[in-house]
Amino acid sequence: MPYDDKLQAAGEPLADAPLLEVRNLHSRYGPVRVIHDISLNVQAGELVALVGGNGAGKTTLLHTLSGLHPSSAGTIRFAGNDMTRWPAYRIVTAGVCQVPEGRQVFAPLSVEDNLRLGAYRQHHDLDWVRQEMERVYQLFPILQERRQQLAGTLSGGQQQMLAMGRALLGRPRLLLLDEPSMGLAPLLVDEIFRVIVELNAEGVTILLVEQNARAALAIAGRGYILETGRIVKTAPAVDLLADDDVRRAYLGY
Amino acid sequence: MPEQIFQFLVTGITVGAIYALVGLGFALIYNASDVVNFAQGEFVMLGAMTAIALLGAGLPLVLAAIAATLLTALVGLLLERCAIEPARGASVVTTIIITIGAAIFLRGVASLLWGKNSLPFPAFSGNEPIHLGGATLLPQSLWVLGGAVLLVSLTRAFLNRTLLGKALLACSFNPVAAQLVGINVKVMLRLAYGLSAGLGAIAGILAAPITFSSYEAGIMLGLKGFSAAIVGGIGNPMGAVAGGLLLGVLEALGAGLISSGYKDAIAFVFVLMVLFFEPTGLFGHKVAERV
Ligand SMILES: Nc1ncnc2c1ncn2[C@@H]1O[C@H](COP(=O)(O)OP(=O)(O)O)[C@@H](O)[C@H]1O
Ligand SMILES: [Mg+2]
Repeated sequence: MPYDDKLQAAGEPLADAPLLEVRNLHSRYGPVRVIHDISLNVQAGELVALVGGNGAGKTTLLHTLSGLHPSSAGTIRFAGNDMTRWPAYRIVTAGVCQVPEGRQVFAPLSVEDNLRLGAYRQHHDLDWVRQEMERVYQLFPILQERRQQLAGTLSGGQQQMLAMGRALLGRPRLLLLDEPSMGLAPLLVDEIFRVIVELNAEGVTILLVEQNARAALAIAGRGYILETGRIVKTAPAVDLLADDDVRRAYLGY
Repeated sequence: MPEQIFQFLVTGITVGAIYALVGLGFALIYNASDVVNFAQGEFVMLGAMTAIALLGAGLPLVLAAIAATLLTALVGLLLERCAIEPARGASVVTTIIITIGAAIFLRGVASLLWGKNSLPFPAFSGNEPIHLGGATLLPQSLWVLGGAVLLVSLTRAFLNRTLLGKALLACSFNPVAAQLVGINVKVMLRLAYGLSAGLGAIAGILAAPITFSSYEAGIMLGLKGFSAAIVGGIGNPMGAVAGGLLLGVLEALGAGLISSGYKDAIAFVFVLMVLFFEPTGLFGHKVAERV
């Protein structure tokens, strides 16, 4: 378990079993191997960044974690359960909610319907859904203003907020974010990342996948560097920001 | 002449209501899976033939109709479970070919069970024609129209007002996102097939007293329902309903004003023209949003 050794060296606690524990995961499209022997973990309460360039395999990894794409080897454990072969809906029900790359809102449905569908697995708990919807509207007031509008008519930033709100209504114990900054103006990126920090402070465990290494490592506690489907480095985020290789490859100075 | 046209309209709307229900079935399955289910016409036939058989076995009409609808819905569910689901991951074209195979199979089973003759079904409330401002219509036409209005309204309310209905639509709008909010896409597909089969069966039962039914009645009804769905913009449930009505009226006008020999040809020429000038259908708007 090489990463654990490094974590220990970095002074991270190993006392509790991780909320998410990925061991030697492989994933491929037909004969094309994309994810090679990835191991990583996320402790409850953490905000972990996974940084990699375009085509590194970030989305494939998240799709594999969410059960949208099968793994070819390895295990994924969540809250003590082996969920490697679980269907996607069961993974969501267990509390692993993803904000996918490119938002993927339900364009022809209203903002409110998108949020309601986010709570598809929680719909029986009417009180909770109402409260959580209020909370999402507080986080993103613009969504409340536009709640009757079709999601497809929202701007990119608003769609990102909606996708995050929708995932929050899934009652996440672990929130997977796939490049939330993609295609957004710097001011909007700041806004989205401010909310990510706020959610984490409120206790949501987050795995943040980003090409924007600077922004992601600035808010994360720890980070992993993904290159061509392999994790090549892991350390506390501050160390990664100061690392020469990382700076050259991802921060551009 | 105006009276005659009125008569054609009345006839056309009745026939169109049947097409609308069949088209609605196409749209539901297409919505959930992008697959055109060519066994849809067979559901219509199965509903009618099962009801006829149950009636013959001594069941009262209402019970026969309900049982036939439920049995056909079960056949739809089984079709999805036993033929479509095992081919998960196959291309849409493969799946469509599977539905064609299923249609041929169901037709074969029907001909073995019930023979090759056209079988009658009694009208629900007699055959005394109703006169309506120069036109006459059979009481059964009112059953067809009333049934169609009720079913279309219920389907519409289901899709637009219930979480389950919206989840069904979500599967078509964005299957990846649908899975990420925890919708069990497999179950939704079964639901779509069951609902479509049930809708088809009711259409078949409502129409049977007017058209009679036979093991091959599903072929033409299926094609017309498919045409209705295409005209309306496939995947748009209410478009399919409008398309069905339009098709029925055009057919009746064509048959009355030109020649009844051209009835079917008129319908299909119309579909080709719609596809040529408006490939997404007259009421289709989903293609752009689908990407
Ligand atoms: N559906 C697919 N079929 C085949 N190859 C794919 C597919 N999706 C992604 N890939 C390939 O897998 C690699 C990783 O892609 P992806 O996970 O999208 O990377 P990232 O999200 O880090 O940009 C890329 O080389 C990409 O071309
Ligand atoms: Mg990606």
